[in-house]
Amino acid sequence: MTTNRISHKWGMVVDVDRCTGCQSCVVACQAENNIPINTEDVFRQRRAIQWIHVERYWEGEFPDVRARFIPVFCQHCENAPCEPVCPVYATYHNNQGMNVQVYNRCVGTRYCANNCTYNVRFFNYWEPVWPESLRNQLNPDVSMRSRGIMEKCSFNVQRLQKAQRVVEGQQGERLTDEKLKEGNYLPACVQACPTNALVFGDFLDPDSQVSHLKEEHLDGHGRGYKMLEHVGTEPNVIYLKKVDIHAKEVVKGHA
Amino acid sequence: MQERVKLTDAQINKDLLRSMEENPLWYWLLVGALGLAVLVAFAAVAYMFNRGLGVTGLNRPVMWGFFITNFVFWIGISHAGVMLSAILRLVQAEWRRPATRAAEVLTVFSLMTAMTMPLIHAGRPWRVMYWVFPLDWARGVYPNVRSALVWDPSAVFTYLTSSILFVFIALIPDIAVARDRTTGWKHVLYSVLALGWRGSVRQWKLQLIAGILLSAVILPIFVSVHSIVSWDFAAAVSVEGWHSTVFAPYFVIGAVHSGVSAVVTVMIILRSMFKWQDYIRLEHLDALAKLLIVVATTWFFFFVLEFLFGLYSLEGPEIRLREMQVFEMPWAAFFVAFLVCSYFIPVPMWLFRSVRRSIPLMIFTTVLVNVGMWLERFIIIVPGLARKQGLTFTWGGYTPSAVEIIIVFATFCMVSMLVLLFAKVFPLIPIGDAKEGVVLEDEIKIGKVKVPAIMRED
Repeated sequence: MTTNRISHKWGMVVDVDRCTGCQSCVVACQAENNIPINTEDVFRQRRAIQWIHVERYWEGEFPDVRARFIPVFCQHCENAPCEPVCPVYATYHNNQGMNVQVYNRCVGTRYCANNCTYNVRFFNYWEPVWPESLRNQLNPDVSMRSRGIMEKCSFNVQRLQKAQRVVEGQQGERLTDEKLKEGNYLPACVQACPTNALVFGDFLDPDSQVSHLKEEHLDGHGRGYKMLEHVGTEPNVIYLKKVDIHAKEVVKGHA
Repeated sequence: MQERVKLTDAQINKDLLRSMEENPLWYWLLVGALGLAVLVAFAAVAYMFNRGLGVTGLNRPVMWGFFITNFVFWIGISHAGVMLSAILRLVQAEWRRPATRAAEVLTVFSLMTAMTMPLIHAGRPWRVMYWVFPLDWARGVYPNVRSALVWDPSAVFTYLTSSILFVFIALIPDIAVARDRTTGWKHVLYSVLALGWRGSVRQWKLQLIAGILLSAVILPIFVSVHSIVSWDFAAAVSVEGWHSTVFAPYFVIGAVHSGVSAVVTVMIILRSMFKWQDYIRLEHLDALAKLLIVVATTWFFFFVLEFLFGLYSLEGPEIRLREMQVFEMPWAAFFVAFLVCSYFIPVPMWLFRSVRRSIPLMIFTTVLVNVGMWLERFIIIVPGLARKQGLTFTWGGYTPSAVEIIIVFATFCMVSMLVLLFAKVFPLIPIGDAKEGVVLEDEIKIGKVKVPAIMRED
């Protein structure tokens, strides 16, 4: 049964230095998770749904201007601000270290989105529609969300469940947990990233790539940081700072 | 000018039951117009349910807008009832007498109106019952008691229940008067509602005790309701402008400010509508305006505190939020309008006795206060969301849509219509209280001057 399964703590390491801002993670996410097409209108209304999106920031004054980009998605916070505020338990933390959203329970108060530090919760203001030509493209493993429901990055929990069915066996008859490690279960964005800027894995597995990266960059003196760490949300996503050869001076954090 | 006219019991009955017994054309035209506006809003709500919340101006990150602003505003107005009835009853302020019923009725109707706001603003309004009540037996999913949105309906329902009881207890003797003066089905209705009131000494005593007990019980509810509403915002760690510990007292006192102002507005309108000059007298407006000076100044103190606390942290997003509130158009205009309307025009004006006793100036200032207080809630809620945290890429704005504007406008019509309809069915000035006030009235001779006074039997 689910409670007897060995728990995991799934997480991601995002190497911003490798990110080229190509948006293939965005496309992969849209295709995998049955996210409706974001039209120009929807962007103008500021209601575009992109579970992972690349935020672009301009730095410096003309002519010395540089574009910075950073992929932002649900950080699956250990101490998630969205969870305690939902009146109907539509969002909660599962034993795999994930912040999950139960669409059936959601009544659409949008309190979770207000309280999300990273603005990565998306509300279905309109009933989602797809062009007829895309009907057969929809993923049968992912439930459709009607209007009035909050949705967000799920770390492709449907792939996790598929992997668990295959690796850990049906009906809780657990075969082996060894294989349910990186490689067996990857979200679509990670698979799609051409520069391997996104690394996914289990932080509880000491041999996983993410654990090594965490050890090297976050616990040591590397480039690791967590986004908006001062809010105290304890994200399960670690970012690795961009290596900037043009940086003239060390940026001091504000006291 | 002689303010207090000696009134007989018969005259009081005739005057105070006027709203129920006379059927002027203007009354039904007014109720009809207000009802039409409410119907239009019903259509707007139906359209919104049909199409989805896309028809509002809400977006990411501004997920709450006009509806929640309006919710907080009407909850605020509802604080007038308890402020005037319970507190003034407990401190035996005589001048409260004509104002209590109007204030309590305003409480009930504004609470009902306020409650509709968060319910219709939900994404799937047909499922809100699972949020408000523990109904999900089959799956064992109960409402999440950690969420401020679950505290909200509990607080509001408790407040609504107790204020309906409060209105009803005070209303029983007046229903009996109505019962004695009606025939037919109305007589039957009033007979049932009067609960066999005969006006015996024991009944009066019980009614008095019940009123005082309820006043004492309702006070903690009164403080908690708006505190809890403020925690919807204060408990949100990620929104800079909301996450403030001073919100609860700041909201409660702001609610009293706007609520008492609204009661003054309503009293003045009713006074001219039903010719109650002998009951709602200038001295009452005078006393209420004096109370308002104190309340408004306390509220202003809390406002300054809240603002200072925000700036004191010197956090980037918080500073940007304040910049947006104060310096960026159109928020700057709203900010100035809010301060001027809710404090800097009314309070200095109320310092003058001639203003406090002037009907047009009082109605002007009290309406102004509520315009300002509505804006206050708006510029707390929306800029806080639009400037959330440091990820500037997702910062946004908000423009309300026609649907939202229609619905918000109609809430004002709905409350007015309900108060007017109530006046048709029940007396809006407590008859028993008015008679008691006449009995207790006295004149004290100080030197050569006769001063009107109130006897007290303790």
